[in-house]
Amino acid sequence: MTRKRRRLMVVLACAVGLGSAAALTLSAFSSTLQLFVAPSKIATEAPRGGRVFRLGGLVETGSLQRIIQNGSPGASFRVTDGGASVSVSYIGILPDLFREGQGVVALGSLQPDGSFAAQEVLAKHDETYMPPDVADALKKSGRWKPGQGAPPASALWDAPDWNQAKQAGG
Amino acid sequence: MSNTNTFGPAGLNLHRFANPGRFLRLSGAVLPWLAVSGVVITAIGLGWGLFLAPADWQQGDAVRIMYVHVPAAWLASLGYVMLACASLASLVWRHPLADLAAAEIGPVGAGITAICLATGSLWGKPMWGAWWVWDARMTSVLVLFFLYLGHIALVRAFDDQQRGYRAAAILALVGVVNLPIIKFSVEWWNTLHQPASITLSGAPSMAPALLWPLLVSAIGFNLGFAAVVVARLRAAVMERRIRALLLARARNDLQNA
Repeated sequence: MTRKRRRLMVVLACAVGLGSAAALTLSAFSSTLQLFVAPSKIATEAPRGGRVFRLGGLVETGSLQRIIQNGSPGASFRVTDGGASVSVSYIGILPDLFREGQGVVALGSLQPDGSFAAQEVLAKHDETYMPPDVADALKKSGRWKPGQGAPPASALWDAPDWNQAKQAGG
Repeated sequence: MSNTNTFGPAGLNLHRFANPGRFLRLSGAVLPWLAVSGVVITAIGLGWGLFLAPADWQQGDAVRIMYVHVPAAWLASLGYVMLACASLASLVWRHPLADLAAAEIGPVGAGITAICLATGSLWGKPMWGAWWVWDARMTSVLVLFFLYLGHIALVRAFDDQQRGYRAAAILALVGVVNLPIIKFSVEWWNTLHQPASITLSGAPSMAPALLWPLLVSAIGFNLGFAAVVVARLRAAVMERRIRALLLARARNDLQNA
């Protein structure tokens, strides 16, 4: 075994050791590395009342109500992950991307009545990027309802029937 | 000598390129092309993305930050891969050129990572509503930035330069563990950052009108990065040569005196 080969083996052995150590550490801390808690997780094991944490999910379609409290604008809505939902109240300015069906991450705490009082609401957007006319065509042709979920796979964007819908829709 | 080839690709002696004199000749011929194509292609990509490409249906014109942020983010990780390869070559094969390459890649990689973090923050405020969130993606990229800074400091921290190269190479290789964490952070954990739009496994979830300028911009960024690294490496090789010449001359003068 030459010196070079021995050094390479030492580096490889260290890489295997370090890699497995990192993998074990990350999997052990996996739950604390999550940015937010989903509503169905709260339904099974609710964090203690008053503990500040982040709640994440989609704004339930049809649940958004604008409210005004002591002259400040706010909103109440339900956050869902499909399995369960939590009602959220928030006084403050919502991000531009906030709307029904959109992902949100809210920082706040659970109230005694089971609702979530948010101090901060952030909008989470998905990884889909398309020009407005493509989005309009997809919506017009009925292939995609933004309030109800993610758009169809991009492979379908060029399908003939949305081209027709685009022409029909002007 | 028969074992020099053991780890290189079959039949290809990579040690030819490790000779500093040959490196200077070869890189001198390539550098102008790299620099010009990097500037021109980056300008085309950014011009296309910032002025001609359509806005996004939900993010509007704010999506244009992507044409700087995404190439910078890709390059931040790719630069670290290059740093790690140079460090491996330095530790295992004791390449003199690999030592210099690692020292020269560090600051450029730190710079591009800083651009990635800054543009990400500028993009996050209008879209998400926050400049910064401690989610797994952002935190792991911040760790990448600190690894670059640590490498820059460590490689210059010793009076004996060889010890600096060795210590910095070990740091760089340890930091490789962060690269898969950055890549998969958006899949392993829930984050505010969205998952990748462009994957090897499926069609990109990005309309071609936005995708093409992004790819052109990314190619331009890569060429520009390569040009800056090669230019810095050439300067470092020449600096080392000048130092050796001055030392030889001083020794000569001493003997003649």
